[in-house]
Amino acid sequence: MKLPIYMDYQATTPVDPRVLEVMIPWFTEKFGNPASRSHPFGWEAENAVEHARVQVATMIGADPREIVFTSGATESNNIAILGIARFHKARGNHIITTVIEHKAVLDACRHLESEGFEVTYLPVGQNGRLDLQLLADTINDRTILVSVMAANNEIGVIQPLEGIGAICRKRGVHFHCDAAQGAGKLAMDVNALNVDLVSISGHKIYGPKGIGALYVRRRPRVRLQAVMFGGGHERGMRSGTLPTPLIVGLGEASALCTREMVAENARILALRQRMEQGIMQQLTHVSINGDTLHRLAGNLNISFAYVEGESMMMAIKDIAVSSGSACTSASLEPSYVLRALGVNEELAHTSIRFGLGRFTTEAEVDYAVRIVVDAVNRLREMSPLWEMVQEGVDLNAVRWAEH
Amino acid sequence: MGNPASVHSFGRAARQGLDYARRQVADFFAVHESLVCFTSGATEANNLAIFGCAGMRNQPGHVITSAIEHPSVLEAFRSLEQQGHEVSFLDVDAAGRVHPETLRKILKKETFFVSIMHANNETGVIQPIAELGRICREHGALFHTDAVQSMGRIPWDHATFPVDMVSISAHKMGGPKGVGALIMERSLPLKPMLVGGGQERGRRAGTQNLPGIVGLGAVTQWIADHQMEEIKAMKRLRDHMEDELSATVPGLVIFSKNAARIPNTSLLGIEGVHGETLVMNMDLAGFAISSGAACAAGKGVGSHVLAAMGVAGGLAMSAVRISMGWNTRLLELERFIQQFTHIVAGLRQA
Repeated sequence: MKLPIYMDYQATTPVDPRVLEVMIPWFTEKFGNPASRSHPFGWEAENAVEHARVQVATMIGADPREIVFTSGATESNNIAILGIARFHKARGNHIITTVIEHKAVLDACRHLESEGFEVTYLPVGQNGRLDLQLLADTINDRTILVSVMAANNEIGVIQPLEGIGAICRKRGVHFHCDAAQGAGKLAMDVNALNVDLVSISGHKIYGPKGIGALYVRRRPRVRLQAVMFGGGHERGMRSGTLPTPLIVGLGEASALCTREMVAENARILALRQRMEQGIMQQLTHVSINGDTLHRLAGNLNISFAYVEGESMMMAIKDIAVSSGSACTSASLEPSYVLRALGVNEELAHTSIRFGLGRFTTEAEVDYAVRIVVDAVNRLREMSPLWEMVQEGVDLNAVRWAEH
Repeated sequence: MGNPASVHSFGRAARQGLDYARRQVADFFAVHESLVCFTSGATEANNLAIFGCAGMRNQPGHVITSAIEHPSVLEAFRSLEQQGHEVSFLDVDAAGRVHPETLRKILKKETFFVSIMHANNETGVIQPIAELGRICREHGALFHTDAVQSMGRIPWDHATFPVDMVSISAHKMGGPKGVGALIMERSLPLKPMLVGGGQERGRRAGTQNLPGIVGLGAVTQWIADHQMEEIKAMKRLRDHMEDELSATVPGLVIFSKNAARIPNTSLLGIEGVHGETLVMNMDLAGFAISSGAACAAGKGVGSHVLAAMGVAGGLAMSAVRISMGWNTRLLELERFIQQFTHIVAGLRQA
């Protein structure tokens, strides 16, 4: 087995070799600019882009004309949120999102607050899911946009999208869904979900980095203001030369997800359950964060009580995992997602996100379980708190002396 | 394959690749690494410079660009106009040059930002950015240049270019599509366009396009090492083609012939021949040329660059752009010259 083992599939994924293979010619011999209309270098590139557009659209049940290529999910989220808000500001200035969204959504919303918009950040339940009644009660006649993610990047919890879509449609509010973690992994159908805008990322679905897509509904037509201006590519919604190789890669990655989703999810779910059981059977004082039913197959987020987070990360360095999202992993702040679930600060500090994916093997899972169990046992042996717990002391009742 | 923001070994390896590429680009422009901001391409880099600078202010002011800029600059300026800024579009002379005096005259107290491209994408004309930049600096306005077309075709001279910001694009210089950069001469608190995640020092959020960035770094390095010989070789080919075609095609106009131009681009006009038709015929003969910028190709609109130069009517509609690159060979060029001459003669007869 090759070490270290990659278990951070929610941060990024390797490009599937089948995806890379179809991308390669578009870097070299088929290098044309898809906007060049006067020669075959441009035409073949344009054809490839349109083929990829069909592939991406198919993955979420959309019409190809509803797909706008972007540089990634962050840009998709920015275009959707800033674009809808700025275009429709005459109609209202209220936006609703949740406290556990990705930074790209939260920061875009904060950005809008500085432009005079009012944003409601809804809490989620202990299981990480949004309460539909709460959403319905929060929408008012100034609400123009609801942005809720498909699946959370840290805890993998899937939101009740169909219910959210139904409420938004009934109330005439745009519904944007950041599906960076959900598209290709959940059977999403934009029409069944009544969603108006969907953000998709290439590198989270075994495609390349630097490419993403935004689904923008045509019927009823969703209008937005562009964030970037220029040559008017992508029907004016996103200017800039289309990066053919990356788009071809995103298309192929989408097609593979569409084709293999059911079998892949079953395989990955079995691996996750194996991992979960392996850890839970051998360790006590371990808790899983977030809903275990409505959850991405490849996400396991566990808190190990009485273990210090950073020491844990060091002790299991043969497994590449994350203690939070990649974007915030350099900071020592406890995860805002776990805090939103009501996980206390200490447990939030000792949580690990195991992200399993397409290339994870059973042998890797077994190895990881062994390393994790050994590490936790060893670290707990060194912990005075753990000793007290073993002696039956209720730590919550202890009054610590001030230094 | 890692995410450069992850702390584990996969992430750190990605981070190293990112840092190395950043150093390659920073070295080329002789700036500190922290002043290189990777983007999804030049359109984004241009937009970031323009909106980023405008966003540093609390109230509208005066901004200046030229009439011959790339749409990613022109459209961004039009958007600033809608936001309440006063925008001046500088005229060019008949050869497509922006004159420093024109800029000096139009500058006013409220002018805070000027963007003039380094080399034009249709005519190849090089703008006097050293002087334009100096004027802006004296005036206290920030100066940005879109150097997409000049990279590798004009040596970047950081000692005499008083430029505050430069946009570059990888795919215009032999690198991959989907990546570019905005390079700053000193740290500026640009207002970001894309937020969330804090990458690129908060200037540009989003997981970095690592393979693309590594490609941009490598091609920048390659240009630093080889540009002098490349420039000479391209110029030799271009001049040869222009000399030959001038002799064989009666009435051939080489736009901006007497202006300083980048060595790989020729914009030709032939009165009485329709540019699009010529392009189609050349295509059938196996040569890919263009009747204008790719962004405007096939849209049936005339060139805004030629219009700004005062070229109109049949001559403007006849324009075709021929551009060469690092892999153009003399043999191909000889065949091209013959075909071009032959096809133009045929179209004139018809």
